[in-house]
Amino acid sequence: MDTDQLIRTLAADNAYRARPIGLALMLALLAAAPISLLIFFAELGVRPDVMTAMHNPFFDLKFAVTLALAASAIAVSLHLSRPEASLRGFGWWLLIPAGILVAAISGEMMMPQRTPMMTRLIGKNSMACMTAIPAMSLPLLVGALYGLRQGAPARPAVAGAIAGLLSAGLAATVYASHCTDDSPLFVATWYTLATAIVASVGAMMGARALRY
Amino acid sequence: MREREDEWTDLMRSAISGDDAAYHRLLRAITPVLRAAARRGLARAGQPVDQSEDIVQDILLAVHLKRQTWDANAPFAPWLFAIARNKLIDALRRRGRRIFVNIDDFAETLPGETPEQTASPGEVTAQLQTLPARQRDVLQSIAVDSASIKDTAAKFSMTEGAVRVALHRGLASLTAKLRDR
Repeated sequence: MDTDQLIRTLAADNAYRARPIGLALMLALLAAAPISLLIFFAELGVRPDVMTAMHNPFFDLKFAVTLALAASAIAVSLHLSRPEASLRGFGWWLLIPAGILVAAISGEMMMPQRTPMMTRLIGKNSMACMTAIPAMSLPLLVGALYGLRQGAPARPAVAGAIAGLLSAGLAATVYASHCTDDSPLFVATWYTLATAIVASVGAMMGARALRY
Repeated sequence: MREREDEWTDLMRSAISGDDAAYHRLLRAITPVLRAAARRGLARAGQPVDQSEDIVQDILLAVHLKRQTWDANAPFAPWLFAIARNKLIDALRRRGRRIFVNIDDFAETLPGETPEQTASPGEVTAQLQTLPARQRDVLQSIAVDSASIKDTAAKFSMTEGAVRVALHRGLASLTAKLRDR
């Protein structure tokens, strides 16, 4: 097939419209979410004292951090799906959840505490956190990568890592309602480690899946 | 050059709003520029330039299938050159070269420098043979016999909708095969 023939063929297909990437990503995440929720309700469930916990600002702050991570990673993912885009000028979005976390840690430091710092940091659920967040992230990550395949990222591994952040942010939001460790120090340590694991898996999967 | 790139942007906007002829003109207009850049990239990597047509076709397929990532409020050329650069790097890497491609290779093509296609490209043609029969028939009818979608539908007693689906799927799987080869 010579190039003129190829061009004629492409022009004949001009009527085809692909889904916008934002919509493709949303649909793929919605399709994957039930699997993650199934893992959550089968293995973990919401903590029993959730009604009282809601009055604890540090319990609520966990959701602010994880939702900020998910939202900023979604924004960066959509940006990076364009071939000419780079992280420059957009990477700072990812500092928002980190900023909230730093503010929360300093807030906690200024309050009188009954338990010592290391006890709060190590917590009771570190192993659950480190397994539950990656496990619940995985279906979301596969969904996110599937949706983002509509895009054309210049660096597929980077785009995959951001997709990992996105799915870890969503999974951690659900997991936070189970976890009884509310200290920002715990969140900064274990949630971050779990998120880093998911981001690395995302980078490895994205390097293949997001090539175009 | 500015003028040329503004014209591309206008053509792409018309194409997206459903003007098939504008899309055809756009693809024809960018092809010599892509060809010149592909030749330059190959020459710099010490590769025979007669493979440039495979790279041009690779780029055109990617442009077609990733159109939805172009922001209609942005100029078209930077988007096009980003895709072209990515595909050129891919092609050189596949030939075992690590090379940095300068984006100016694309931007600085002079209007007079419009080489004609030389060697016949083989990669798309080879992958075409591996497609399911229905998709291959539809693609060949439109590409080689320059039949319209309507004529193709009549020829294979398909609906026009089915021809369109087969055409798009054929192009998409052709691209996937070229990428994963």
